[in-house]
Amino acid sequence: MIDFNDKIVKQFTIATIFWGIVGMLVGVLIAAQLTWPALNFDIPWLTYSRLRPLHTNAVIFAFGGNALLGTSFYVAQRTCQVKLFSNSLASMVFWGYQLVIVGAALTLPFGFTQSKEYAELIWPLDVLLTVVWVLYAIVYFGTIATRTVKHIYVANWFYAAFIITIAVLHIVNNLAVPVNWHLSYPVFSGAVDALTQWWYGHNAVGFFLTAGFLGMMYYFVPKQAGRPVYSYRLSIVHFWALVSTYMWAGPHHLQYTSLPDWAQSLGMVFSLILLAPSWGGMINGMMTLSGAWDKLRSDPIIKMMIVALSFYGMSTFEGPMMSIKTVNALSHYTDWTIGHVHSGALGWVALMTMASMYSLVPRLWGRDGMYSTNLINVHFWIATLGIVLYIASMWIAGVMQGLMWREVDANGALVYSHVESIEATYPYYVIRLIGGLLFFVGILIQAYNTWKTIKGDKSESAVAGSAAGANA
Amino acid sequence: MSNFWHWTVIILVVAHIIAYLWLLFATSKKKVDKREDNTTGHVWDGDLREWDNPMPRWWLWLFVLTIVFALGYLYLYPGLGNFKGSKEWTSTDQFKTAYEANTEARNRSFAGFIDKPVEQLIKDENAMLIGKRIFSNNCALCHGSDAAGAVGFPNLTDNDWNWGGDYETIVTTITNGRAGVMPAFAPALGEDGAKQVAAYVRSLSGISHDANLASEGAQKFGMFCAACHGADAKGQDLFGAPNLTDNIWLHGSDAIIETALYEGLNGNMPAQKDILDENRIKLVAAYVYSLSQ
Repeated sequence: MIDFNDKIVKQFTIATIFWGIVGMLVGVLIAAQLTWPALNFDIPWLTYSRLRPLHTNAVIFAFGGNALLGTSFYVAQRTCQVKLFSNSLASMVFWGYQLVIVGAALTLPFGFTQSKEYAELIWPLDVLLTVVWVLYAIVYFGTIATRTVKHIYVANWFYAAFIITIAVLHIVNNLAVPVNWHLSYPVFSGAVDALTQWWYGHNAVGFFLTAGFLGMMYYFVPKQAGRPVYSYRLSIVHFWALVSTYMWAGPHHLQYTSLPDWAQSLGMVFSLILLAPSWGGMINGMMTLSGAWDKLRSDPIIKMMIVALSFYGMSTFEGPMMSIKTVNALSHYTDWTIGHVHSGALGWVALMTMASMYSLVPRLWGRDGMYSTNLINVHFWIATLGIVLYIASMWIAGVMQGLMWREVDANGALVYSHVESIEATYPYYVIRLIGGLLFFVGILIQAYNTWKTIKGDKSESAVAGSAAGANA
Repeated sequence: MSNFWHWTVIILVVAHIIAYLWLLFATSKKKVDKREDNTTGHVWDGDLREWDNPMPRWWLWLFVLTIVFALGYLYLYPGLGNFKGSKEWTSTDQFKTAYEANTEARNRSFAGFIDKPVEQLIKDENAMLIGKRIFSNNCALCHGSDAAGAVGFPNLTDNDWNWGGDYETIVTTITNGRAGVMPAFAPALGEDGAKQVAAYVRSLSGISHDANLASEGAQKFGMFCAACHGADAKGQDLFGAPNLTDNIWLHGSDAIIETALYEGLNGNMPAQKDILDENRIKLVAAYVYSLSQ
C-alpha cells in the first residue's frame, strides 16, 4: 500500500469550503451595497472599494486556490501511484498559503493595496506567496517525477501548466521597488504597466481559473462517471493550443485605450482563436458521458459537473465575442463584464469545485457517499438558479448601460448622464443580489452536508440505500 | 517600433499560427495502434482511461475558421508589427471621424436656433433639451442633476447669483470659469472678532444670533467686509461676493461662517471653453438661465 498523504488534502478541502463561505459572503455584502450604499455604515473598512478586492481575492485565491492545491496533491498522488514528494513541505505550503490569505484579509480592508486588479496584495505578501508557490512546485513536480506510472495523466498537464505559469505571471506583474513595509512602486509605467497587468490578469483567468480547474475536471469527471476521457487527441491539441493562445489574449482588456492599435488587434484575433481550444475541454468533459447519459438523472454530482462544463463553454464563447473591438466598445466598463466573469466564476469554477468536493469528501473520509444526496440536488438547483439570475441581470444591465452611455441624439448631444444609467441599473442590482444570495445559500448547504459526512452521520435516504450513484 | 521588434512580432505571430495548424493536422492524422476497446491503453488510478476518438470535425473546422479570420483581419488591420493593414485603419482616425460627424450633425441642427436671442432660445424646446443634456453630462456632477446645488456648489435655480445672472454673464462664467476668493481675516479679526462678525452676518438674514456679539460685529463688518460684500451686505457681482442678507448660504449658516471669516474660503468653477465649444456653451447657459426665469 502506498502511504498517500490525505491529511493535507483534507486540510485543503476544509479550507476551500471555509474560504468559499467567507468570500461569497463578502460578495453578497458588496452586491447589497450597490443597491443600498448605506450598508457600508460609514465605516471605512466596510466600504465597497476596499471589500471588492477582498471578495475577489477570497473567492479566486482562497476558495479557488485551496481547491486547486488540495485536488492537485490528491490527483498527483493517485494518478502517479506514489506518495507526496515531501509531507513536511506540503504542510508548509498549506499553512503558508493560509497565512497569505489571512494577510490579505488583514490588509485590504484597511486600505493597504498595490491597486493592481487581482494583484492587490502588498509586496511582503507577494514575497511570501512566491516562497509558498516555489515550495508548492517542488512538492508537486517532485511527486510527478517520482511517479511509478509511465504516462503522465492529462489532469497533471493542466495542473503543471497552472503552477508554472502562475509563478511567472505573479513574479513579473509584481516586480516593484519597495519604499516601506507596505508601499512599493511598479517597475513598469504607463501603457507598458497596463499591458503587463492585463497579461497577468487574463492569464490568471487562463491558468488559474481555466487550466487549473480543467485539471480538476479531467480527474473528477471521468472518475465520477466511471467512463474514459472522450478523446486523447483532443486533450493534446486543446492543451497546447490553450496554453499558448492564452498568452496573447491580455490586450483585449485594453481595447480603445492608449495601447498601440497593433497590440489591441493581436489581443482580439488570438482571443477569437482561443474559442476552439477552450471548447476542446468542454467537449472532452461532456462527451466523457457519452454512453452513460442516464447518470445525469441519477447522480446530482455529474449533473453539477455537466452544468459547470456548459457554463465553461458559454463563457468561453462569450469572452472571444467580447474581445471583438466593436462589441468591446459596447461592453467595456459595463456590468456585462461582471456578468461574464461570474458566468465563468460561479458557473464553471465554483460549480466544478463544489462537484469535485462532493466526489472527493466521501473518498477522503472513507464514507460510502455524501451524507445526503437530496441536499446535493437542492444545492445544485439553488446554485444554478442563482447563477442564471446573476448573469441574466448583469447582461441586461450591461447592454443597457452601454447603450445609454453612447446614445447621442440627432443634435449631437449625449442623451443620458451617467447617474441616469446607474438609476436604471438598480432593479438589476437587486436581482443580482438575489442570485448571489442563492449561490451563497448553496455553499452553506454544502458545508452542512460535508460536516455531516465527515462526522459519519447517515441520512435516512442514505440508510434506505437510495443514494445510488452519489459515489462511484 | 524598431525593425527588431517589428519582425519579432511578425515572426511570433506567424510561427504561432503555423504551429496551430501543424498541431491540428499532425494530431488528427496520427495513427495509433487501435485496441479493441478503442482506448489508448493507458490506465491510471485503477479506472481512469482515455478513448482514442477522433477530434470532432466541426470543432476542427471551427479552429481553422478562427485562424482564417485572424489572417484576414491581420491583412486588413494593424497587428503585424509596423504593418498598417490594407485599410490603414487607426483608432485615432476612427475617433476623429466620429467626432467630426458629431460636430457636423450638431452644427446642422444648431443652425436653426443658435442665433436667436436668449428670450426666444429658452422657449425653443429643442434648444432647451440639448442644453439640459449638456448640463447633465458636464455640470450636474457638482451642481446636481436638478441644478439645485450642494454645499459649496451654488444652486442655479433660485435667482440668487454671485457673479450675475444675466445671460451674457452666465456665458462668461461657463466659458472662463470663476475663482471665488474669500480672504482669511484671522490676523485682522482674531477669534473673538470672527465670532462677532459671524453673529452680525447671521443677524442680517434674521436667523438666531447673539445680539451682543452681533452689535460688536457690525462695526468690524463695515471695516473689513463691506469692501466686497457692500455696506448693505447685499453682495457685489464684480467680486463674486454673495449677498449676505437673503438667508441663502453657499457653505452653510452654522460654524462655517466663523471658519470662513477666520481661515478664508476658495471656490472654483472650472473653465469649460476647452471642453465645450461656443455653441454648446450658449445652449447650456440658456438652459441655466431658463431655470430661474
